[in-house]
Amino acid sequence: MKQNFASFVKKESLHILRDTRTMLIVMLIPVVLMVLFGFAISTEVNNVNVAVVAPNRTDGIRDAVERLSQNEYFTFKGYITPDDIDPYLRSGKASAVVVFASDYERGVTQAATGVPTKPVIQLIVDASNVNTAGSSTAYLQSILLGAASQQAMFETRMLFNPQMRSAYNFVPGIMGLIFILVCAMMTSVSIVREKEVGTMEVLLVSPVRPVKIIFAKMIPYFAISCVVLVTILLLARYLLEVPMSGGVGGIFTISLLYLILSLSLGLLVSTIAQTQVVALLISAVVMMMPILMLSGMLFPIENLPKFFQVISNIVPARWYIDAVRKMMIQGLPIVAVWKNCAILLGMTIALLGVSLKKFNDKLE
Amino acid sequence: MGAIEVHNLSKSYGKVQALDCVSFSVERGELFGLIGPDGAGKTTLFRLLTTLLNPDSGSAEVDGCDTAKDYLAIRSRVGYMPGRFSLYPDLSVEENLQFFAALFGVTIEDSYELIAPIYKQIEPFRTRRAGKLSGGMKQKLALSCALIHRPNVLFLDEPTTGVDAVSRSELWDMLSELKECGITILVSTPYMDEALRCDRIALCNEGRILKIDTPEGIVRGFDKRLYGISAKNMFALLEKARTAEGVEDCYPFGEKHHLVVREEFDEAKFVAQLGDIEGLQIIRTAPTIEDMFIKLMKR
Repeated sequence: MKQNFASFVKKESLHILRDTRTMLIVMLIPVVLMVLFGFAISTEVNNVNVAVVAPNRTDGIRDAVERLSQNEYFTFKGYITPDDIDPYLRSGKASAVVVFASDYERGVTQAATGVPTKPVIQLIVDASNVNTAGSSTAYLQSILLGAASQQAMFETRMLFNPQMRSAYNFVPGIMGLIFILVCAMMTSVSIVREKEVGTMEVLLVSPVRPVKIIFAKMIPYFAISCVVLVTILLLARYLLEVPMSGGVGGIFTISLLYLILSLSLGLLVSTIAQTQVVALLISAVVMMMPILMLSGMLFPIENLPKFFQVISNIVPARWYIDAVRKMMIQGLPIVAVWKNCAILLGMTIALLGVSLKKFNDKLE
Repeated sequence: MGAIEVHNLSKSYGKVQALDCVSFSVERGELFGLIGPDGAGKTTLFRLLTTLLNPDSGSAEVDGCDTAKDYLAIRSRVGYMPGRFSLYPDLSVEENLQFFAALFGVTIEDSYELIAPIYKQIEPFRTRRAGKLSGGMKQKLALSCALIHRPNVLFLDEPTTGVDAVSRSELWDMLSELKECGITILVSTPYMDEALRCDRIALCNEGRILKIDTPEGIVRGFDKRLYGISAKNMFALLEKARTAEGVEDCYPFGEKHHLVVREEFDEAKFVAQLGDIEGLQIIRTAPTIEDMFIKLMKR
């Protein structure tokens, strides 16, 4: 029976290869998502236009402005008068304006000797984008403070992702999403298609146990997912420059586990859905939404309401994304995320068990 | 022991009684037809016999195996061609056939001489996608696939629906040839004219079998006189004929109305009773299976 298993796999691969459009989408989605999340959608502060108001341009102020314009995150738009502040911000010519007080130098010297002073720098920031406003304020403060005084201040060090690059954060999330999309959605749709077209009826009336046919179905999708996995990892490493200091082997291992889990999820969906549309809806709505919202991909789990935090425990992507983040960015070895691996493995076994039990070799 | 034995088989979907206590048996090497309109329960019967469904009550044996207990054994011994086209439209003719051969653990060469009379006709198109074949060719491919493992019993659910007249006739010729090879065939069709090509037929309606006999026997069982009548205004004719004296039944039948009459019916009297009807024609006709079906259905 070995030889007929191979021909089942061949048949399934033919289905996939002949559906070039779907094939193309599957291969392109990861690339598009990576580029999109990696470059276009970012919460980083980049190219913030800053204007400066300085009644008298002392050496100290020149020094501060120099630091500002040298910084790659800020673009110095020049000195303006106090009257220009409002038009500049409104027209978007500047997103932040730094106003130096006329007695700036004196204030700085006083502060250096420990004498309490009133503020000598004012930051006026366009807060219509809260994220940008928040981070640019913090960043401006640290630059200007460094110039202004030697007084005691917090020294913050960002570990693992010192530049706070959002791509690092999104890559694991995208991986968690893509594999569910490719494996779960595509396998469930392709199994349900056999039901819908009526070929399942013929398959069932044959000596081959349908479970065998279905496993044969999973193999090409597994292969495609592996290609996608390699693509994502290559893009992450060389395009987005994610460090992956924890070793690629571990990331691969846990990703393979997650692939198998996604395939089992697809199998489960196929036992519930009778039509391709239903299979698609279940995969898209019931699976994608929790991954986007409850996996920590977009929002930190700790920020969710308590109820959703509990729910998030049953979302496989949560454990996967968490583990990949630790391995990719923190550089932990796979042993350090053994708990995540164990949970994913347990979920896989449970899903496979339920769907095989639910899978019927009759029509009802 | 017959190739198919059905004892008091019943099946319902919710409130709909699809099959109601059906019993019959099919001899080995027989070409047995299930004749009935849509909703007669033919497809349900096929699914029960091919072990795709479990009956609510009753039992059935196919090729000596019980459909409930030995369903895996049955699955390797029967060929099944469902009512709708159930092959892979994106695979070529040859790939479809190869897949079904692999499904049953055989090769195309093993069964080539059995399927050759059918497959030869579509072999010139073997690289064409199955979805692009004509209706008749699709059915020939489906039949080849159903035969690839040399089944003992062949189940064909409405194989001629949606197929042109020439291909329909060809398909029935093929079934007769397969019968000669000793394969038992259970075939269903909504077309009464095809019933004549079967050894025996069962007339079914609304989940019941009305009568089982040879096609000739069924026609012979129609013991009333029958006339074909026509006129310019067919509808008025139908209305009047139904109320005329000595008329048991009158119903539209193709271009004519069929008039079933009792003993006392008198042709001259009938014409007089109808009165002034333009272009009236009345001819004594031989009954067909459909007449018998209508008679049984009304009883």
